[in-house]
Amino acid sequence: MTESGMFGARGTGDTSGYGGLVRTPASTGSSERPYGGYFDEVADDLERAYPEFSHAIERVVVDRGELTLHVKREKLVEVSLVLRDSLKFEMCMGVSGIHYPNNTGRELVAVYPLLSMTKNRRVRLEVSVSDSDAHIPSLVEVWAGNNWHERETFDMFGIIFDGHPGLTRILMPDDWQGHPQRKDYALGGIPVEYKGATTPPPSDRRSYK
Amino acid sequence: MTTFDPYAPSRETTEGTVFSVTGGDWDSLVQEIGSTKEERVVVNMGPQHPSTHGVLRLILELEGETVTEVRCGIGYLHTGIEKNMEFRSWTQGTTFVTRMDYLGPIFNETAYCLAIEKLLGITNDVPERASVIRVMMMELNRISSHMVALGTGALELGAISPMFFAFREREIVLDLFEMISGLRMNMAYIRPGGVQQDLPEGAIPKIREAVKQMRKNFKDNTSLLVGNSIWLKRTQGIGYLDLAGATTLGITGPVLRATGLPWDLRKVQPYCGYENYNFDVITADTCDVYGRFLIRMNELEQSLRIIDQALDKLEDLEGAPVMVADKKIAWPAQLALGGDGLGNSLNHIREIMGTSMESLIHHFKLVTEGFHVPAGQVYQAIESPRGELGAQVVSDGGTRPYRMHFREPSFNNLQATSAMSEGGMIADIIGAVASIDPVMGGVDR
Repeated sequence: MTESGMFGARGTGDTSGYGGLVRTPASTGSSERPYGGYFDEVADDLERAYPEFSHAIERVVVDRGELTLHVKREKLVEVSLVLRDSLKFEMCMGVSGIHYPNNTGRELVAVYPLLSMTKNRRVRLEVSVSDSDAHIPSLVEVWAGNNWHERETFDMFGIIFDGHPGLTRILMPDDWQGHPQRKDYALGGIPVEYKGATTPPPSDRRSYK
Repeated sequence: MTTFDPYAPSRETTEGTVFSVTGGDWDSLVQEIGSTKEERVVVNMGPQHPSTHGVLRLILELEGETVTEVRCGIGYLHTGIEKNMEFRSWTQGTTFVTRMDYLGPIFNETAYCLAIEKLLGITNDVPERASVIRVMMMELNRISSHMVALGTGALELGAISPMFFAFREREIVLDLFEMISGLRMNMAYIRPGGVQQDLPEGAIPKIREAVKQMRKNFKDNTSLLVGNSIWLKRTQGIGYLDLAGATTLGITGPVLRATGLPWDLRKVQPYCGYENYNFDVITADTCDVYGRFLIRMNELEQSLRIIDQALDKLEDLEGAPVMVADKKIAWPAQLALGGDGLGNSLNHIREIMGTSMESLIHHFKLVTEGFHVPAGQVYQAIESPRGELGAQVVSDGGTRPYRMHFREPSFNNLQATSAMSEGGMIADIIGAVASIDPVMGGVDR
């Protein structure tokens, strides 16, 4: 896309998410071995402990000193159990969502940061699903602490965690419509007047992207 | 049936009779309940309740005074900080994150800024003086946060005096914050690439004096609590959660360390140069409310030790920069105190308005537009007073975050309320919640 307008603003400059603002998701291919650090060991251990590795793990990405495993959603629970029991990732630090409306077929992403206290290691799992079929198996049975995190991700993104003991809204009121942290949900806001000048709400201000 | 009581009206629902109690009318409630056959009572505690540590709603199922089920209702302080940050520049984000966990603003800012620096790839370019100031500010903040935990925790259990002493110590720290950043809370002092401004003149002797004072004062508080047999009885053996429970629930911080595991990110995954400081990781092996409070009390002394070392380093680094050298990231203006308060320094204004148009353009672009952060995703965890605070930042290469998420220790740890309280007495819920030390601003964000 060519840059035009002041400060390289592209498109309409509308930032509400409604004005057709084009956002390109950060997409890197699979990383090449060696991954460096303990990442090779984690990948090797997982391959050894989980024969279906190449089938279940779509991509292995090493970026900025962090290891991310992109897992197929059908295999998420199996991979998690192996990571917890064989690779000693005892803790899951929760789950959060990311919405990429232009990434057709993989609009919604769930991110799970894992922590191994035994080996002092971190790894991240990512599962992407389409907006029309936003179902991901729940990991509450694997790490009980994911309960509230999954409720929050459901509340904010509308991802349905199958098998969750009580998937209800947690931060928004029970009767709230929509999922606020999706990109197609407007921020809202009112203009502010000060000394005769009017400042539009943040979502309507110029985007300098 | 009694006569109608305007202060404790009852109504029939499909779930049974519902009573609204507003205080001072317990007699009529007891009479009403006595007329029903059922032993089980569901009580709604909070969200406006002096003992629930903020706007936390607890839904309790009771058999007499025994708690059979606890559920937490949260979300009363949800302000959409994560969503709002997607519409502000990276630098403006600091003013949002500082308002999440309002008792630990410096920790929120540090986690956020370390994550941005990781995305920018400038982690090693942050000047040492800035890192030392960050460490010092974090440890001061840990003291003020633990002081609120200890003081309000004791207050909720009925001990009033410890709170006076705890807030006296907190006041010392807040005064230091005001001297250093201009604000007592929500300072937005830590900025991507360094800190907002250098320490003011004469700050180090004042901090040293405060450290000396606090070291002396801490004894008052400790003896008021551990020397109080009622407080001991209300905390020992209460709110039990062992290592297996803490692990599966993802619990970190003092609650985890009270199970005997010395897990402290400052030691095991150091950031901001914590590997260069001498301090001990405090643990307890009681798995109860008492152990968690004891850890907080003893961590105060460790924080003072770190502050002492940080002050020594700061004296050696006098005059060193506190912001990255890269002018495309560093805030353009130096702040200075003028007749009308803190603002851009006169020298800087003279330069951009009088001599260099390029400086003016650069200032304008950096302040209005902000800097671009290369696309990618990072997760940066630090040890906040409540446990692992993780900043998960996604950038699409723009001047604003594409997605911000905070893994808040309060949010996660509050899940342990049920495990700690079910099967116990109703009065012990208060102690259990206080020992988790949830800050609702952080829980709900």
